[in-house]
Amino acid sequence: MSLLCETPHPSRRAVLMTGGALFAWAYLPRFARAADNHDPRLIVIVLRGALDGLSAVGPVGDPDYAGLHGDIALSLSGPHAALPLDAFFAVNPAMPVFARLFKASQAAVVHAAATGYRERSHFDGQDVLESGFAGPGHVATGWLNRALASLPAGDRVATLGGLAVGPSTPLVIRGAAPVLGWAPQSLPAPAGDLATRVLDLYQHRDPVLAVALQKGLDANKMALDDQIGAKPMKPRGGLDSAAGMRQAAQGAARLIAADDGPRVAALAFDGWDTHVNEGGATGRLATLLGGLDGAFEEFEKGLGERWKDTAIVAITEFGRTARINGTVGTDHGTGTVVLLAGGAIKGGRVIADWPGLKPAQLYQQRDLAPTSDVRAVLKGLLADQFGLSAAVLGEKVFPDSGAVKPMMNLIV
Amino acid sequence: MAAQAKDSAPPDPALIAFNRFGLGARPGDRDRLADDPRGYLKAELRRPDAAMISLDDPTYADLKGSTPAIQASMAANLQRKLDRERMATEEPATGTPASASVMPPPAAPGMSPPAAPAAAKIKPAVPPVEAILFRAEAQARFDMAMQAEAGFVERLVYFWSNHFCVSVAKANIVRASAGAFEREAIRPFVLGRFADMLMAVERHPAMLFYLDNQQSIGPDSRAGKNRQRGLNENLAREILELHTLGVGSGYSQADVTSFARILTGWTMAGREGRLGEPGSSVFNANAHEPGDAVLLGKTYPAGGMGQAETALNDIARHPATAQHIATQLARHFIADDPPPAAVARLAKVFVKNDGNLRALAAALIDLPEAWSTPLAKMRSPFDYVAAIRRAAGPGPNDPGQSLNWLNALGEPLWQPPGPNGFSDQADIWASAEGMKIRLDIAWQAARQVKDIGNPNDMLDAVIGPSASPETRQAVARAESKQQGLALLLMAPEFQRR
Repeated sequence: MSLLCETPHPSRRAVLMTGGALFAWAYLPRFARAADNHDPRLIVIVLRGALDGLSAVGPVGDPDYAGLHGDIALSLSGPHAALPLDAFFAVNPAMPVFARLFKASQAAVVHAAATGYRERSHFDGQDVLESGFAGPGHVATGWLNRALASLPAGDRVATLGGLAVGPSTPLVIRGAAPVLGWAPQSLPAPAGDLATRVLDLYQHRDPVLAVALQKGLDANKMALDDQIGAKPMKPRGGLDSAAGMRQAAQGAARLIAADDGPRVAALAFDGWDTHVNEGGATGRLATLLGGLDGAFEEFEKGLGERWKDTAIVAITEFGRTARINGTVGTDHGTGTVVLLAGGAIKGGRVIADWPGLKPAQLYQQRDLAPTSDVRAVLKGLLADQFGLSAAVLGEKVFPDSGAVKPMMNLIV
Repeated sequence: MAAQAKDSAPPDPALIAFNRFGLGARPGDRDRLADDPRGYLKAELRRPDAAMISLDDPTYADLKGSTPAIQASMAANLQRKLDRERMATEEPATGTPASASVMPPPAAPGMSPPAAPAAAKIKPAVPPVEAILFRAEAQARFDMAMQAEAGFVERLVYFWSNHFCVSVAKANIVRASAGAFEREAIRPFVLGRFADMLMAVERHPAMLFYLDNQQSIGPDSRAGKNRQRGLNENLAREILELHTLGVGSGYSQADVTSFARILTGWTMAGREGRLGEPGSSVFNANAHEPGDAVLLGKTYPAGGMGQAETALNDIARHPATAQHIATQLARHFIADDPPPAAVARLAKVFVKNDGNLRALAAALIDLPEAWSTPLAKMRSPFDYVAAIRRAAGPGPNDPGQSLNWLNALGEPLWQPPGPNGFSDQADIWASAEGMKIRLDIAWQAARQVKDIGNPNDMLDAVIGPSASPETRQAVARAESKQQGLALLLMAPEFQRR
């Protein structure tokens, strides 16, 4: 940085070189592939608003399901029949891609899952889900970032950093490890060396803004480099719309597929708070699930040969009431699903210690009772993909969670 | 993560007044401050109806009250439905049948709508009344931001509007009425009493619709027994968690359910007008859960609409509400982690003055912490866009560009991701993608200004003598006036507050 003070250089490349090791990662030479050609990636999709797991993956074989979920229960018959996964569970018909991947053993479901949070506030629930702490009130860093930061110094995955999709960075990936930001947008790029000059000013006056702006410029450059001759992506919809979800995945896949791109990414999709007219096989929730399914498809397409190394996990802060409410929707609940997809997933399985849906089996006689811990799933993915130890996962990544054992064998 | 400014000296009081409390200085504003920033801010609080947008003002002839706005949207919705049905019967063979059931939700304002199926292009279009009203309301909000003196009262409007947010993504009728909601339920009370604002908000059709109470029916009410519908606890939970007491303040799931029963019957009259004027707020006694109800240990006797009014009045005065509001206000205006003494002082003033928000705003100005804490927060996207317009001129004669900027920055107008509103944390708005977009916006704004004059003079007018030597030098050495202005709009002194 002292060098910069004396000889301001017109090119951003030069700023990068003098800006410290933090910035250097985006410009490392392309890696020689490892001998086994295994190059793991992890994509985390946070579904904000509490996904109704019983409408995403319906326990159609449970005799109490149809009665509780009423008009919005999935069914194996009728014009919008759910797609059977096994003899007991069926996925919402809005998710044909997920069903196909499941058949190909590249998708799995963990059902009746929840974090350790047992209240019903979205916002505390999201903070717990994304921070990885046992309780609310920790909003500075997220577990995915701390996982990166816990990798050995010089580890390739750590060096390549993370990717945050959308105009703001989801808590799950906020923290000390470097994170790129990217969102579809189409404003004209500044002419001349304005970016360099602003960065120079920030490096002297506001280092936090310097780091943020640099990462935003880097991600933008990578996205442009990979679409030579193509126009920048125009936003097609917010991240609570099916088109927006698909597009976010498309752009993220492009960055993650690159040899020198980030190996972990976080996306947050909004709109899952379905209190009214939730719909079942069709309707509002089905439209959103179709968007999520489209995102899976875009990742599969965009990652190309890197799909086989990729694990995608979709998580939500909690589930919804087992019984529909008075307005053909569902209120805040507890147990729900974790959806897994990707070539690296040992799929074709619904992993569930099914608690049942009789009144006494429901949590507080109201919600699907949780029998799996979401953190166990996430720990299993981090352990198998990046080699993080149970001790690190139990202390640093998910503090005070030593009792929650990683769920093993989720990865091929 | 907080303070980034390198100097430890207390920030310039004029910059505090315009940036921490206000919407940024317009050229000439700093001269009017007359070395009394506190007095300048308090004078704004004394202006009668400082926050009001009058429908009698011919400038705002395009605005409608929420009830007529919702009626217009209901009529358009009906017409669109009829058009779709007619199309389906007239042209059964054309179009893509599958697309009907997976229609994407309406695009965010300013974004290009998804390509319509070919058949849709030839149909007689229903005028998009919701989008027209939304843009007129947006223009009024930007106008108010331009006209405000320091902009402290407008900032209070935005604070409360975000505290009691609705989202236009919910439905067309919220898109049509979100601006009216702010004018009717927030602006009249922003220097009034918290309990009155609370009542106006929770009774407003936009809020009743947004948080689903218009469909919530007491299970033992006449309607509940006749129809297969029942309770929806969404509004009850968010009132307790977000609007008043705050999460973790001691209420239980049983309180939420009980409050939901108390609130049954608070609804919006439908298109048929069976309960009252369509789109207006009404009490439907048939849907109200009969009987006494216990909330937070107190029994509220059966009493129709008054049951919820009494409960809301109590909750508005609950000590946890005072603490919650004080914390949020201090977080918004002072620091992400607000000084406990400042929060305690605000909570005390809130209780002592029965939730008088003018007294609370004055107490905020009087807090020593407001003038000593470094300017480490980030301007929210709306505040950033408003500050750009105030510094560099109003821009195009249409709110489209400003709305697009807000979309790109992740704060689409009246469209928060959830009922907890947009974030109030600095690092959310100083994200990598966010800063890149701010750079693009600063450049676009600077390019539009026809006569920039001397960027150095603009720096003096907008930031003043406390601008850092580095900022001063960066603006002075810019290769063009446009670049100089863009650097000013990106300077830490312009971003932080």
